[in-house]
Amino acid sequence: MEYFVQQLVNGLTLGSIYGLIAIGYTMVYGIIGMINFAHGDIFMLGGFAALIVFLLLTSIFAGLPVVLLLLVMIAAAMLTASLWNWTIEKVAYRPLRGSFRLAPLITAIGMSIALSNFIQVTQGPRNKPIPPLVSSVYNVFGISISLKQIIIMILTVSLLTIFWYIVNKTALGRAQRATEQDRKMAALLGIDVDRTISVTFVMGASLAAVAGTMYLMYYGVTVFTDGFVPGVKAFTAAVLGGIGSLPGAVLGGMLIGLIESLWSAYFTIDYKDVATFSILAIVLIFKPSGILGRPEVEKV
Amino acid sequence: MSDTLLSVQGVETYYGNIRALGGVNVDVKKGEIVSLIGANGAGKSTLMMTICGSPQARTGTITFDGEDITRLPTHLIARRRIAQSPEGRRIFPRMTVYENLQMGASLDNLKYFDEDVEKIFTLFPRLKERQAQRGGTLSGGEQQMLSIGRALMARPKLLLLDEPSLGLAPLIIRQIFDAIKVLNEEQGLTVFLVEQNAFAALKLSHRAYVMVNGQVTMSGSGKELLANPEVRAAYLEGGRH
Repeated sequence: MEYFVQQLVNGLTLGSIYGLIAIGYTMVYGIIGMINFAHGDIFMLGGFAALIVFLLLTSIFAGLPVVLLLLVMIAAAMLTASLWNWTIEKVAYRPLRGSFRLAPLITAIGMSIALSNFIQVTQGPRNKPIPPLVSSVYNVFGISISLKQIIIMILTVSLLTIFWYIVNKTALGRAQRATEQDRKMAALLGIDVDRTISVTFVMGASLAAVAGTMYLMYYGVTVFTDGFVPGVKAFTAAVLGGIGSLPGAVLGGMLIGLIESLWSAYFTIDYKDVATFSILAIVLIFKPSGILGRPEVEKV
Repeated sequence: MSDTLLSVQGVETYYGNIRALGGVNVDVKKGEIVSLIGANGAGKSTLMMTICGSPQARTGTITFDGEDITRLPTHLIARRRIAQSPEGRRIFPRMTVYENLQMGASLDNLKYFDEDVEKIFTLFPRLKERQAQRGGTLSGGEQQMLSIGRALMARPKLLLLDEPSLGLAPLIIRQIFDAIKVLNEEQGLTVFLVEQNAFAALKLSHRAYVMVNGQVTMSGSGKELLANPEVRAAYLEGGRH
């Protein structure tokens, strides 16, 4: 039983990270109907920005408090990733809007390759380790929960709350939802559609950057290929939860995190990805629009 | 300053290589209700959308309140206070009635929202009952009211209505036309409307234009056109009254 709960905690931690990345996929898909395959690399890039800031800060000011260090890392990662995603949308995706559907998709794959190669060339191809930032571990009823896990979960929950508030309760969120539902009508009401789409890319990138920083802190290492597997997993999470649905992205992320850690705990770890993707396939057979996705047909 | 609010001069609009509007001239003065009648595919809705810059006119000029708006992007035209209730209503289906109205008031960042939404609810009490319901679940008539209400929330100087009577029951059509009349008389709202229901439109309007194949072929006061034998033969007799 304790073992099971332990795995639940691990799974939820991993799921939080996937969920944060998945939101970026699902929002961009919702608003312009494309899969931003470069999103995983934006996540990786965020991690690298955090790493560089960490190295700089620790070499200049020794003995900085960890909280401050983490906050600066997160801020730097968010800023860098947002700037990149904003630029990518502007130069690579926007000119192709209104083109045939596959064009931006292929461009996104190209951007993904370009980004990971850019990091490989500028930062080197080797694994980049950092010393553990927070190492306290608490024992609660025989289950060990590390401070890292607590930070990740608290950060995820608070970000999701803020995010939910923005999307559902603010003028910006309304503009985003309106643009998603009928871009032309939104423009007729005075909404700057291009700007709204840019903001969506920035928001998605910010969450991915937080996830990237958390990933770096959790595993203590990053490498230029790190955008790929978590990116694909988060994309899977978005599809599993129902692409276009924000709660779906979080639910999907949590489910994939749980499946992975529970499978690794009770069966062989080598097949954890097989388990994840099998469950995706099974869900899609019975519910093609994902768990919380809405069917394509709409009442008019 | 002249009292012409909207002036469309020699506007041509194309969809790809197909010419939808071939040199249209239309004027709307402040405080007028002007209607545009014509058969299906005559280019009425295209003119409405061209005024809003989506699609943009290929040639010609559109002047609003003395300013050339021909090349402005759609959202900036909307910010000049031209509001449209477009063809097909285009309600945001997954937003509530209330949120749809909030979207209408985006220009002023909801500054006058509370005050204005009460006016809309007085005008269309039905919307008040349905305010928490999603736009996509409304009936056609309710969607039409919402679409007009949403346009009014922008505090427009010019209201463009594209077929407000399409697919509605006669009683609701009357309700909507009465509402337009009240808004015009009491608040001096300028309205430019497209209608297939020519009889009702001509009766309501101060002036009207007839459009055939992307060109304006006739214009005059509502009464004149109602009496015109050609208009009667083409759009009134045997049509929907």
